[in-house]
Amino acid sequence: MKILAIIPAYNEAANIGAVIEDLKSFRGDLLVVNDGSTDATAAVARSLGALVISHPFNLGIGGTVQTGLRYACENDYDYAIQFDGDGQHRGDQVFKIVDLVQRGEADLVIGSRTLPGGYKMGITRWVGSRIFHCLIRGLAGKTIEDPTSGFRCYGKRTIRLFSRFYTDDYPEVESIITAARNGLRVVEVPVLMRGRLSGHSSITRRKSAYYMLKVTLAMVVDAMRGRDLIEES
Amino acid sequence: MDLTKIASLALSTGIFFFVVWLVRERRLREKYALLWLCTSLFVILLTVSRRFLEVAALSVGIYYPPSLLFLVGVLFLLMVAIGQSVTLSRLSESNHNLAQEVALLRKQVEDVGVGMGLDRDGDKDKG
Repeated sequence: MKILAIIPAYNEAANIGAVIEDLKSFRGDLLVVNDGSTDATAAVARSLGALVISHPFNLGIGGTVQTGLRYACENDYDYAIQFDGDGQHRGDQVFKIVDLVQRGEADLVIGSRTLPGGYKMGITRWVGSRIFHCLIRGLAGKTIEDPTSGFRCYGKRTIRLFSRFYTDDYPEVESIITAARNGLRVVEVPVLMRGRLSGHSSITRRKSAYYMLKVTLAMVVDAMRGRDLIEES
Repeated sequence: MDLTKIASLALSTGIFFFVVWLVRERRLREKYALLWLCTSLFVILLTVSRRFLEVAALSVGIYYPPSLLFLVGVLFLLMVAIGQSVTLSRLSESNHNLAQEVALLRKQVEDVGVGMGLDRDGDKDKG
C-alpha cells in the first residue's frame, strides 16, 4: 500500500517543521504542496526530508490540495490524507481517518470535531457549519456534522475524481456533494484537533458572507450535475 | 448635416479605426475585433440614416426611437459582459491547470536531477 500525506502550506515556515515532526510516525510519503509562499516554507520542508511541490503563484487551498491529489494519481498512491500545514491537525489522529479507507469501507473519510469526542468551535463557524449540514442532507442525503473540516482521507477513486474536479476556493463542503453525486462512500469519524499554532484562519468575518453564498451556490449547482466520468485505472 | 450628426459620425468612425489600429498593433485578437468592428459599422449606419432607427422602432411598436436604441444597446452590452465572464472563467481554468502542471513537472525534473546526482540548481554534487 502506497500512502501519501498531502500538506497544503502557504507561508507556514513557522509551523511546517512542527507539522512534519508530528507526522514522523506516519508510514507513507510526506508531500508539502507549497502554494506560492513568500517565506522559507519550501526550504524548511525540504530540509526535513519531505517531498515538496511548489506552485509558481498562489492558487488557493483547493488548487493546492488538488495538486497533491494529482501527484497521488500520477504516482499511483492507494490513498492519501490531507493534513493542514498550520498545525491544527494531530499526527496521532491520522489512524482514525485512514482505517475505513484502508479496509475498503469508505472512499472519503472526514475527521470531525463535532461528533462525540471532538472539540468546540467558534460560534460563527458553528452557525455556518449547521447551514451546510442541512444543505448536504437536502442535496446529497448525507449527514455530515463538520463539513468544513480539512482533515481527510481520500481513497483511490476519490483521488481520481478530485484530481479532475475540485474547486479553487473553499472546496471542502462542495467536494462532499461532488463525491456523493458520483456514488462514493463519504463517512465521518470523530477526531481531536488543537487550536492553531500561529497565524489566523483564512476566512475572516468580512469574507464569511461571501463564503456562505459562494459555497451554497456551488453546492446547489454541483448537485444539478450528472455523474462525472472517471475512467477506471 | 447638423452638428450632432457630424459629431456622432466622427465618433463612430473614430471607434472603427481605433479597433483596426488595435488589431494592427496586435493588442486585440481578430476574434474579438470582429465584434467591435460590426458594432461600430452599425453605429455608423445609425448616424447616416436616422430613418433606419425610426422605421425599426415603429415596426416593433416603440414610438420614441431612441428608447429602442438604449434597449438594444444595454442588452448588447449585457451579452458581451456575460461572454467576457465566460472567457475569463475558461482562462482561469487553464491558468490553474498550467500552474499545477508546471509545479508537477518541476518536481519530476528535480527528481530526475537527483537521480543523476545533480542538486536542485542543476549543479553536480561535490564529492
